[in-house]
Amino acid sequence: MLEVSPEVEKKLDGVLQKHITDEGNIISLLQDMQEAFGYIPEKAVGWFSKKLDIPESRFYGVITFYSQFHTHPRGRNLITACCGTACHVKGSERLINSLRRELNIVEEEDTTDDRKFTVEKVACIGTCSMAPAVIINKKIYGNMTADKLMKMVKTLEGKKNED
Amino acid sequence: MKTEKNDIKIKVCMGPGGIATGGADVIKVFKDDLASANIKAKIGKGCSLHKVGCFGLCARDVLVDVIVGKNKTTYQYVKPDMVPRIVKEHLIENNPVSEWTVGDDYYSFYNKQIKVVLSEFSEVDPEDIDTYTAVGGYEATKKVLTKFTPEKTIAIIKKSGIRGRGGAGFPTGVKWEICRKVESDQKFIICNADEGDPGAFMDRAVIEGNPHSVIEGMIIGAYAIGATKGYVYVRAEYPLAVERLTIAIKQARGKNLLGENILGTKFNFDVRLKLGAGAFVCGEETALIASIEGQRGMPRAKPPFPVHSGLWGKPTVINNVETLANVPYIIRKGADWFSSFGTEKSKGTKVFALTGKVKNTGLIEVPMGILLREIIYDIGGGIEGGKAFKAVQTGGPSGGCIPAELVDINVDYESLAKVGSIVGSGGMVVLDDTDCMVSIAKFFLEFTQAESCGKCVPCRVGTKRLLEILDRITAGKGREGDIELLEDLGNDIKLSSLCGLGQTAPNPILSTIKYFRHEYEAHIKEQKCPAKVCKDLIEYGILEEFCKGCGACLRVCPSKAITGEKKKPHIISVDVCIKCGACFDVCKFKAVKKE
Repeated sequence: MLEVSPEVEKKLDGVLQKHITDEGNIISLLQDMQEAFGYIPEKAVGWFSKKLDIPESRFYGVITFYSQFHTHPRGRNLITACCGTACHVKGSERLINSLRRELNIVEEEDTTDDRKFTVEKVACIGTCSMAPAVIINKKIYGNMTADKLMKMVKTLEGKKNED
Repeated sequence: MKTEKNDIKIKVCMGPGGIATGGADVIKVFKDDLASANIKAKIGKGCSLHKVGCFGLCARDVLVDVIVGKNKTTYQYVKPDMVPRIVKEHLIENNPVSEWTVGDDYYSFYNKQIKVVLSEFSEVDPEDIDTYTAVGGYEATKKVLTKFTPEKTIAIIKKSGIRGRGGAGFPTGVKWEICRKVESDQKFIICNADEGDPGAFMDRAVIEGNPHSVIEGMIIGAYAIGATKGYVYVRAEYPLAVERLTIAIKQARGKNLLGENILGTKFNFDVRLKLGAGAFVCGEETALIASIEGQRGMPRAKPPFPVHSGLWGKPTVINNVETLANVPYIIRKGADWFSSFGTEKSKGTKVFALTGKVKNTGLIEVPMGILLREIIYDIGGGIEGGKAFKAVQTGGPSGGCIPAELVDINVDYESLAKVGSIVGSGGMVVLDDTDCMVSIAKFFLEFTQAESCGKCVPCRVGTKRLLEILDRITAGKGREGDIELLEDLGNDIKLSSLCGLGQTAPNPILSTIKYFRHEYEAHIKEQKCPAKVCKDLIEYGILEEFCKGCGACLRVCPSKAITGEKKKPHIISVDVCIKCGACFDVCKFKAVKKE
């Protein structure tokens, strides 16, 4: 098992306590882990596997099954483009492609090298009446165009440079 | 006109559409302005300002109802900066701002609708249980728990004829009855809110608009089958639904509508939330059960059905959100009232998410059996931008496309099944003549292929092969016999897959081949995409006679494929062009052509 720092240990313990009081299962445990770390670190899985006496393979079985779980750190800004049917017929594919080009995200990847942005697709967020929709850092924007999107991304980029 | 100021009501749409278009900001400005305009004293007493669930016509959000006395005025496309004028002219000077109010076409959207599940959306504040009880909420619970036996409750639901709204259409009363008869020390009721179909948001809107109606349906269902525990399995992609359900459950517990000895009876029942983790297949009931248990959400063979052996091996009823939300109304108003809507075999109303290329997109509730034409032209207001209506896709990735020539069919379980589609959960995506049907089929196959859990071979491998064939057809590399191969393989997958996902995955292909075979043939034989969608089969060019040489396309082109001097027609270099379509979208003079 990989070593964890006292700081991380404290975080992990918090998740464990919640898991015990809520009578959680592997899925809710992983959801809490991801909430705490932003992704699911290998160390955390190892730690819980030992604490709860559940083989790591069972954790990874669940992690790889559900699209919500990520084993790598994500970008500071999360842009999720809806690719539901309504968004698809209104051009979501083109939106994503131009965004990926703009941010220089290469094939098979979803995060920029500097971890500023992660661009991902979601099957449907249920705001079909304002397709195409994009979620930028948890806020939904409807009737999106490539132009509008690029402007918003530029603003986000500027913000991050300031801090 | 002098109106008592103490009966002013302002209702701001906070459904999915309202929120995304800035409903919260509108509410905030209303609050501030009312306060500074000295209508302050009335807030909370006479003048109530509250958020309500979806108004339906999301295309015109933010929608705001301003009710002064008995006069209701509806404003459309409200932005925060419009609020001060509404407050000043309408509320202080009693002079509605007529240029911002809705016109007759707004009412035509509602005329053909009959609202049951959505009936109280404009009355109820989803975060306040008292607004729900004020319109008769939880009366059905009281009635059932104190006056009816479980058997009588089931008899009423059976008599109403309601069928599962999640897609399969199984009679709800029958399901409850089977579960009631199974002997067990523990039973469960699950509300399936894992609405994963792309193009559908009915369940989300119901939960966000009136979460108590769903909880009330669960209480009644639990009483009928003899369950003491319930779960709502809701998608994590719906954070607001999760938030409002959490509040609703807490409030219901506070009023002794959940918990022990509910309303002083001997009945105990409580509900917990379980969040999905992003897997479409978890909408299938056995996969959903596995997921609640914390495992990989993979379906298993049926029988045994969940009513006999479900969650942790105990008898379990799984109902869809909309089904449960109908239950309180059936109990309150009677089975005969409910079955007076709809057709002989499909009773009641159905909520649809009307989206795509119609003018009025939004959430609608119509009686079963309504003509498709009425939905698209009367409610939907026809096709956007004067284009031609081509088809409507119903039932998401499990459904099919209904072509324009069948626009006069009735929308109910049987009629849609007859033409190769399904009612499904209620997504309705309207397509126009710029949509390529092969590409639509491919879109759905990409989805089902990615979401196939991989347990059974026909679905895991079969959908992959189907997708490969569609890939080559849309790339202009289709072969003679590919259409027949798609049909053969599709039918085999339907017959041999383990669960509903695989059994319905080929539907989008089979139904588009059935009605739009010529489009498949054009792709294969002539390497042409008639709707000019498939990238590999089109080329962009510039129409010299229309090009003003403004340079807009040149600036937007990501691959620098466009050259030309100012005020002279530009040229697209076909070898460099990546066919992203940016120039086509940006050109104001329609000088970019696709062929």
